[in-house]
Amino acid sequence: MSYAATHDQHDDHHGAPKGFFQRWCMSTNHKDIGTLYLIFALTMFFIGGSFAMLIRAELFKPGLQLMQPYFFNQLTTMHALVMIFGAIMPAFVGLGNWMIPLMVGAPDMALPRMNNLSFWILPFAFVLLLSTLFLPGGGPAGGWTMYPPLSLQSDSLAYVVFAVHLMGISSIMGAINIIATILNMRAPGMDLLKMPVFVWSWLITAFLLIAVMPVLAGAVTMLLTDKYFGTNFFNPGGGGDPVLYQHIFWFFGHPEVYIMILPAFGIISEIVPTFARKPIFGYKAMVFAIACIAFLSFIVWAHHMFAVGLPLGAEIFFMYATMLISVPTGVKVFNWVATMWGGSMTFETPMLFAIAFIILFTIGGFSGLMLALVPADFQYHDTYFVVAHFHYVLVTGALFAIIAAAYYWMPKWTGNMYNEFWGKVHFWNSVIWVNVLFFPQHFLGLAGMPRRIPDYNVAFANFNMISSIGGFLFGASQLIFLGVLIHCAFFSKKKATDRVWEGAKGLEWTVPSPAPHHTFEMPPVIHDDELAHGHVND
Amino acid sequence: MTSGGIRRSFTAAATLALASFGSVVHAAPGPWQLNMERGASTWSQVPYHLNNISLAVCTVIGILVFGAMFIAMFRFRKSRGAVAEKWSHNTMVEVVWTTIPVIILVVLAYLATGGLTSWADTTGSQMTVKVTGFQWKWRYDYVDYMGKSIDKVSFMSKLDSQSNQTRQLDSGMDPYAVKVGDESTYLLDVDKPLVVPVDTKIRFVITSGDVIHSWWVPATGWKIDAIPGIINAAWANFQTPGTYRGQCAELCGQDHGFMPIVVVVKSKADFATWLAGQEAQSAAPAAPAGASTAAAPQSAQVATVPVSGKQG
Repeated sequence: MSYAATHDQHDDHHGAPKGFFQRWCMSTNHKDIGTLYLIFALTMFFIGGSFAMLIRAELFKPGLQLMQPYFFNQLTTMHALVMIFGAIMPAFVGLGNWMIPLMVGAPDMALPRMNNLSFWILPFAFVLLLSTLFLPGGGPAGGWTMYPPLSLQSDSLAYVVFAVHLMGISSIMGAINIIATILNMRAPGMDLLKMPVFVWSWLITAFLLIAVMPVLAGAVTMLLTDKYFGTNFFNPGGGGDPVLYQHIFWFFGHPEVYIMILPAFGIISEIVPTFARKPIFGYKAMVFAIACIAFLSFIVWAHHMFAVGLPLGAEIFFMYATMLISVPTGVKVFNWVATMWGGSMTFETPMLFAIAFIILFTIGGFSGLMLALVPADFQYHDTYFVVAHFHYVLVTGALFAIIAAAYYWMPKWTGNMYNEFWGKVHFWNSVIWVNVLFFPQHFLGLAGMPRRIPDYNVAFANFNMISSIGGFLFGASQLIFLGVLIHCAFFSKKKATDRVWEGAKGLEWTVPSPAPHHTFEMPPVIHDDELAHGHVND
Repeated sequence: MTSGGIRRSFTAAATLALASFGSVVHAAPGPWQLNMERGASTWSQVPYHLNNISLAVCTVIGILVFGAMFIAMFRFRKSRGAVAEKWSHNTMVEVVWTTIPVIILVVLAYLATGGLTSWADTTGSQMTVKVTGFQWKWRYDYVDYMGKSIDKVSFMSKLDSQSNQTRQLDSGMDPYAVKVGDESTYLLDVDKPLVVPVDTKIRFVITSGDVIHSWWVPATGWKIDAIPGIINAAWANFQTPGTYRGQCAELCGQDHGFMPIVVVVKSKADFATWLAGQEAQSAAPAAPAGASTAAAPQSAQVATVPVSGKQG
């Protein structure tokens, strides 16, 4: 019966549609939609990055030189919203769209039309969000966390709330699609515990998304009704409670943090075995660690709120729960190192970014452990120490993993090899300048510089100037990345082989490079030794 | 660079690091400061020591893990002829590296819990000060001291006028020129500081009149949010007279970066004199201090009522 149902669409199984609108706007193809997501994420990355450049320019030296404080607050708010919801998350969805069907041997995503819808909502959401910068009253300026009562003072609240609703709908549909694909569309023989770690990480992430995006939607809707419809959820004058918002927000916000890092764990778990030419160490432990982290992410939200005056018992509970996360995270790091041990390593650009990820993400994890200790957090909270912490886990963590994935799978996507020399130039510039950018921010926070301030005491001048210089050069280095991507897609003469990397294992490397418009129309036959993770049944 | 030059610059760097990590009581942040300050209250040692201990633990783990990684990257490279092994599992090793972090965490949790419990105990305080955050200034009300309630000693505290002029966009003024004595106080000075006695357990009750702020003087070792409709409590017992500076630590609108906090800690005798002077001022009819307390609730209303459009 299912055969008959698909038979009608047999005509378009031979290649991509010719017309631009037909191909890109009406696409139901997981590869094309994956490409759309990735291009969208790259665009947002440069928009959000330009906000960061302006922020660092204002912070270059003490005194206000470029902008009024209110505009500075708009920049910090927009930088976060654009980078989180526009760059990191869509990039992971794009990678998932492209690679999950290829990795599990499925012909496409389970719900191709919904796939199209979940992408095409995003540009509208971001037009809505970014348009506020050009409207009277300006953009949102209360921080990406949108804490009331401050966020209720903003004239652009309604735009932001609707934009967040759209992003949430898009994320939920994307997550449903990924779960449906992974649970229903695997090729025969691709058991759950034979799936690549990247697929596992996305399966778990998708459940997190479905669990928490509605919570965020609820929180911002309450902001909306508080401002425009006379409710008092968060207004103490009407019996409400501003702290309630923070509890709801961080119940979304903390799993959100893991939504942005679990797929990165998956990517690194693909890349390290490939270039170490050795199976991933402790496959089951890796999968279990991801599930463990996902579970813990639901019971640690109040560690973002240690300074709001929680009762002693709550502070102790959330401190212990938060510290526990370092155990499964540590297991992952140890396993990556053990994968390298005894391998036969080469250091192409994806591997370089993966190694930088492991070291620098671990540094972000260390500061995370320090932040978990409540008494110490009383000093760290809302300072540049926190800014340094989350940029280590998000820039050198999530972003470096995305860049590593782009270099790793680009040859499969385009059929061309990228330029290894310029890839390495990009890597070394990124890894040096990102540390010049973010490492001194630890010192600033410890010395007492609060975050989200446009101007500071002269004692903070030295490290801020160093940080800004690192920021400008890190930003400029990403133009090299753009150049490498464009060269690889359109100008590279060096054709990629199907296997691309000598040590690459998994189904995605069995299809031709570039991957044809339709793959696995017939389910592939799975050979266990073709998979990346060795002997899982030991 | 010659080896002598390297040695000299290393010594210079070590001296600088020692100076920055050293146990100097900082009243305000210093240039090139690398580590958290020790603070000036009885409790502020707790975060300072936890910070140092956890940093040391992380550094040791980091050296071990990254060290193993660099050894692996050096030894097991294909260019050196390394042949990949086949194993992908070792239960013994996995149990060990799951257990050791748990033990380390238990120790850290024990230390942190003790410190946190002592912080949460505000009983036995000898003085109470109410702190109220407004966009973008602080109000201090003296509630009681040594068991006696204090009447009508309260005032607003906002950014000093020199910093305020300098910080305007394109003011053309030099932030380095804003000084009190030798100390650079740009954005860290106020028109009227909070004055408190030394060696006294002071209970701070903290709230807000408009949006959420956070009252943070690093020398106390803590910050706590000032939230409308909620009263938070925390305590500090300053050990040394001096001037301690801090800032609002929760984004509260356009001038979030411009509402500093200054606490002047005086000897008990000096404080008693100061307090008597303040009380006399507020007792005298139509005195300037009376006018400032009358003005305070008014500005509170101004800050609370127009919720929308105030920032733009």
